[in-house]
Amino acid sequence: MDPTALFECLSSLSCVVTQTSTGLIVGTLLFLVAAGLTLIFGVLKIVNFAHGSLYMLGAYFALSAYRVTDNFMLAALAAGLGVGIFGLIFERFIMRRVYNADVLMQLLVCYALVLILDDVVKIIWGAEFQSMGMPTEFQLPPLLVFGGVIPVFYLFLIVAAAIIALGLWYVLTKTRMGKIVRAAAHNPSMTSVLGLNTSLIYAGVFAFGGMLAGLAGGLAAPVRSMSPGMGFSILIESFIVTVIGGMGSVTGALVGALLIGLVRSFGSIGFPLFVEGIMFLSMVLILVLKPSGLFGKEPRT
Amino acid sequence: MNSQSNFKRELMWALIGLILLSALPYLTSSRTALDFVIRLAAYGVFASSLNILVGYGGMVSFGHAMFFGGGAYAFGLLMQKAGTSIPMAMLGALAFCACIGLIIGAICVRLKEIYFSFLTLAFQMLLYSVILTWTSLTGGDQGLMGGIPRPVFLGINLADNTTLYFFAMILGIVCLLLMRFILQSPYGYTLRMVRDNADRARFLGIDVWRVKLYAFILAACFASIGGVIMTLFVSGAYPDFSYWTMSGEAVFMIMMGGLHVFIGPVVGATLLLLFNDVISRTTEYHGLALGIIVLLFALGFKRGITDFVLQLFNSLTKKRSSP
Repeated sequence: MDPTALFECLSSLSCVVTQTSTGLIVGTLLFLVAAGLTLIFGVLKIVNFAHGSLYMLGAYFALSAYRVTDNFMLAALAAGLGVGIFGLIFERFIMRRVYNADVLMQLLVCYALVLILDDVVKIIWGAEFQSMGMPTEFQLPPLLVFGGVIPVFYLFLIVAAAIIALGLWYVLTKTRMGKIVRAAAHNPSMTSVLGLNTSLIYAGVFAFGGMLAGLAGGLAAPVRSMSPGMGFSILIESFIVTVIGGMGSVTGALVGALLIGLVRSFGSIGFPLFVEGIMFLSMVLILVLKPSGLFGKEPRT
Repeated sequence: MNSQSNFKRELMWALIGLILLSALPYLTSSRTALDFVIRLAAYGVFASSLNILVGYGGMVSFGHAMFFGGGAYAFGLLMQKAGTSIPMAMLGALAFCACIGLIIGAICVRLKEIYFSFLTLAFQMLLYSVILTWTSLTGGDQGLMGGIPRPVFLGINLADNTTLYFFAMILGIVCLLLMRFILQSPYGYTLRMVRDNADRARFLGIDVWRVKLYAFILAACFASIGGVIMTLFVSGAYPDFSYWTMSGEAVFMIMMGGLHVFIGPVVGATLLLLFNDVISRTTEYHGLALGIIVLLFALGFKRGITDFVLQLFNSLTKKRSSP
């Protein structure tokens, strides 16, 4: 614990800039994962405990694709697409069977997938830590803002995530597809009575959520070291984000993710060991004071 | 009521178990078998205590390991730092978990379904972070090192492996018996009613919150005993004891054994421990093998083993009685 270090950082502009940029990229990556999680929960009403593993899969897909194509954009897209397809297969063959089972059964199926994927990754890519390294197109001198250091890649990440967030908002609120998805989230039986194939909507949403997680994994690949089991910490963090923001709310996921990202980066200066404690404490507070989260709708009684 | 005869039957089962397990050290000299039973006592009590919440109370807790770890650390610290006797340290661990169970339970049981699950998970991870951070007291990620002293009390020397075996085994059976009695008592049936229809229970004048809170505290107390047995066995306490994977394992034990039969979690604990031992001996891809087993269970059986057997048994007897 070193609160003085935190105060020192807060009083120097360069440190604030550096930490804010780190916090923002942690937050944006977290948002992509949490958005998928919250979307799946909102529509399918299941908590996808395997979401972190999809993120991990995305990172490894990107690693392999980058080694083959040497093009980072292509690698990130391949990661998103690949994990999306994997999510679709997983939903169609396994997840679909436990929609009507109780939450414990769903938890168990996801837990099994986590165990299996961790080992599959170990078999294919090896158990040791791996890293992609900064792609050549981003090997540029970092920007200096008020003495703070911001790598160019961070800017790219933030812009990419912002575009995805905007796209998500547009699709969900302005398009017919978004309307259908929201209808299925609101009242699935009515939606299917109106002749819409809810089973297909569910599959689509699950695959889309998986794609976002895969994309996040792919985008994170240059700045994170990879190892089997890397999905777990981001899973727990995206849980915290979805609970704080409100389960099922994409706006909530954005705000929650950025908050957690900033808490992480500034907290790591002042109290590095208790950063997780702070996050869980805020989750407890939200659940006690407003269980539906900051942006969640109160459950209808 | 036939509760009198029921209790006799349960006592009989407990005695049979006691006699069979007492014979084990004379039948085999293998330490693996004895150690297995000690671990089973710890996990069986732990999983059964979680089933008070999940199976009988309908409260799916993802954070039950906080009491397993809490009991383990309270016991270990009392033994290491305060030098109390083993029974006093056990009581201390029990009291500690009852207290945090009271506080955390009072906050948690108000919430419904998935929110309850998340809140318990958050509290558990909070405790885990505290254990990791408070290095001067808990040893941080190294755990309570240097061994837990096991002084002789009442002529019982737990440093001796066979004595520890008998101690853990008897303690485990007594705990299971106690849980069974509590769950078969009027309170146990009130808890089932709250699970099935909380509104109706409320109309009948039952304080639902209080019933759930009592279940939470009871489960916490028994989980702490599981933690104490584990601490005595490994002679240490580790942060992993209150990590989410520990809760996950307990949930898995319940699901595998079956949550509608009292002894189900113990059956599940036996199976999972066996699987773990066999798998880790035969392959390094422990997760892959376990994951496939879990998946087959979840998609194939769709319920625990004991539930499956019970259903089979019921359908057979029904066919016989009503042609």
